[in-house]
Amino acid sequence: MNYHKFDVVIVGAGGAGLMSAMQLAHNSSIAVISKLYPTRSHTGAAQGGVAAALGNQEEDHWKWHMFDTVKGGDYLTDQDAAEVLAREAIDAVYDLEHWGLPFNRTPDGKIDQRRFGGHTRNFGEGPVRRSCYAADRTGHMILQTMYQQSVKNQVNFFNEYMMLDVLFNDGQACGVVAMNLRDTSIHVFHAKAIVFATGGYGRAWRITSNALACTGDGMAVAYRRGIPLEDMEMYQFHPTGLYKVGILLSEAARGEGAYLLNSEGERFCIRYAPTMQELAPRDMVSRFIYQEVAEGRGIDGKDYVYLSVAHLGKERIDEKLPDITDFARTYLGVEPYYEPVPIQPTAHYAMGGIPTDIEGRVVVDEQNTVMPGFYAAGEVACVSVHGANRLGTNSLVDLIVFGRRAGKHIASKWLPEADYAPLPNDPDGRAREQVESLLGRTRGEGQDAIRKELRDMMMDKVGVIRSEQSLTEARAKLVELRERYDGVRLMDTSHTFNTELMEVIELGNLLDCAEATIAGALARRESRGGHYRNDYEARDDVNFLRHTLAYHTDQVGEPELRYKPVVITEFQPKERKY
Amino acid sequence: MATVTAAPRGATQTGSDLRTVQVRIKRFQPDTNDQPYWQEFTVQVEGKDRLLDALNKIKWQQDGTLTFRRSCAHGVCGSDAMRVNGRNRLACKLLMQDLGARITVEPMLGFPIIRDLVVDMDPFFAKYEKVKPYLINDEPAPHTERLQSPEQRARFDETTKCILCGACTGSCPSVWANSEWVGPASIVNAHRFIFDSRDRGAADRLNILSDRTGVWRCRTIFNCSEACPRGIHVTEAIEEVKRAIMYGSEE
Repeated sequence: MNYHKFDVVIVGAGGAGLMSAMQLAHNSSIAVISKLYPTRSHTGAAQGGVAAALGNQEEDHWKWHMFDTVKGGDYLTDQDAAEVLAREAIDAVYDLEHWGLPFNRTPDGKIDQRRFGGHTRNFGEGPVRRSCYAADRTGHMILQTMYQQSVKNQVNFFNEYMMLDVLFNDGQACGVVAMNLRDTSIHVFHAKAIVFATGGYGRAWRITSNALACTGDGMAVAYRRGIPLEDMEMYQFHPTGLYKVGILLSEAARGEGAYLLNSEGERFCIRYAPTMQELAPRDMVSRFIYQEVAEGRGIDGKDYVYLSVAHLGKERIDEKLPDITDFARTYLGVEPYYEPVPIQPTAHYAMGGIPTDIEGRVVVDEQNTVMPGFYAAGEVACVSVHGANRLGTNSLVDLIVFGRRAGKHIASKWLPEADYAPLPNDPDGRAREQVESLLGRTRGEGQDAIRKELRDMMMDKVGVIRSEQSLTEARAKLVELRERYDGVRLMDTSHTFNTELMEVIELGNLLDCAEATIAGALARRESRGGHYRNDYEARDDVNFLRHTLAYHTDQVGEPELRYKPVVITEFQPKERKY
Repeated sequence: MATVTAAPRGATQTGSDLRTVQVRIKRFQPDTNDQPYWQEFTVQVEGKDRLLDALNKIKWQQDGTLTFRRSCAHGVCGSDAMRVNGRNRLACKLLMQDLGARITVEPMLGFPIIRDLVVDMDPFFAKYEKVKPYLINDEPAPHTERLQSPEQRARFDETTKCILCGACTGSCPSVWANSEWVGPASIVNAHRFIFDSRDRGAADRLNILSDRTGVWRCRTIFNCSEACPRGIHVTEAIEEVKRAIMYGSEE
């Protein structure tokens, strides 16, 4: 057995993982495990900005940011978490600046800020400039800056190690098991604290903005070990993905003044959201687009509409939106200087995930009982700060605020009192068996059709619009796919950089995430935020102002569902209007 | 809002622009063969498919042993740099309609090969670390941001775009000839800090880059600029660092 021992093991090298690492690198021994090289992490694809009420351009207050986050989340947001997010965003952004992040600047040298969907002044009066940004590659700059700081602080990286299992013993987390892709060797990492920062699972859908690596590994591994998944039915479709390919065109475009147009050339958002118009929250704008298409106003009768930036002028486009206009040129052959860009909603972000408290500690039941030594931050986690719908820019805020908090809590509260729990017997047994059984399978179906059918099913039946019927069909399909997956065969049995093995393990993880998503969606007979049911169109606060917890069972497609209350401190639920 | 009905199905199905292409790939399968060899695959693609889509199609439908890195699939993560028809490119930034009917794909030159198109990036990142690629400034930070004018910020804008894909370094004849040489990507990342008004480490980095494995091994061949998928004028950045060594970094 390959054995490693560290105070803290962080899984995932995106913004949340590296932000945790920064709090711990000086005072403890840490390892960061990533199935990629760290700078390949999906944080780097974030474009538009990171919100913080700095007030550099106009009056702003963290409490307005908190309110917008709660309202944007359709009141499923835990308000204690939203308060932490909005308050601490300010210091976290200054941390990033001090570490060298090249934010765009105002004429007087401060961090420049721009508008973004759902961010308002004075509790909803109109748009506010809150998003701090570095052109339209803010995520890239956060990831690069954090990696640079990791190099400076000599963090131990285990690059291209894929996490397969998490270990608990004596009532606390005690390690993770990972596979080195280079030679398929299995490694056990013994630790006092584990941080999951493994990101989301957008690859479960056919049209997605997510990287091929976004396969819900952390969620699935925890779920199979009895940790619940919270609010998985709350999945965000971003309104402006490039038509057919799903690549994201940032909300920053609309923040800078871009329009959405239907086949009649009409700015249809104004009809649905008179105040915020194109800058209404994402769940709503995605539904506006679906509605336009359903009523026959998609372009050429198809399922897309136009995003137009041409009226902003070349200079502004080149300065503020260079990357996303380049995507339109590269992948659709459209010149945004003159032509509108075809867009459609694209699977983008998991509001749900592994439940945590505001310190980043994983909690395992309705009473928020802490699993000592186990932390999660970023998209893999559900604090729940995004509730039923995340606002644009709040994903990067989440990474830096809660990645930071998890790291700080481990350093100041957990490590001083914690000791290593002994590893369980045969710690790498389950992971070894998983790998050996896959590599030893000589007959059966390949992975391709299973993946394709999963992604089609999630898109068509668990997408922007859902119903009892679509979700029941989805569950039946999932059971079939799981059965086929259990007999899946590899063509590649090599022990050297076996990416087929990696992909098949990832596919299994996607199936687990899909299972929890479908079950939560079926049981939630209401419409709220990213979860829209055309058989229950209204939000139902009497029965569903609560978080779903899905626990894995032996029955495929049938997790055990429990519920816990939403934390409400200041803002009573109201109808959401923009 | 009004009742939302289900969206039409199937409207995103593929069009009718299918074409057949030959993809010739340089394989290296160290478990079974200690020599690289060429293998040709025939695959049906659409014009707007990326080369990465074609490689995935081959891997998922024909030969699961075909090995390459990939992640974001839209040119921002830097995983899938490879040599395509003789030039270093990201497979996710090439459309099949621009590549012709016969395509040659190889691993990047100048890197040790692990398997097929996967090269060992560890030496690349070790060289990157050598130039101290992080902000150096020990002065106490203010409670808010350090100030920087838009002009100061613009001075190093271009080199902040680097995604560390290695396409420039793998295209450089000076790197092929001397694996000790620090290479263009490292210099780009040194440039990013040398010209940042907030940084105080320029002298240190210029000192590192003026030694025998530093900037002077650049022969101004421009392959790096041509290879960069982010449009960074790499050779120009290297020249600016050379000038800073000769004449000082303050302009």
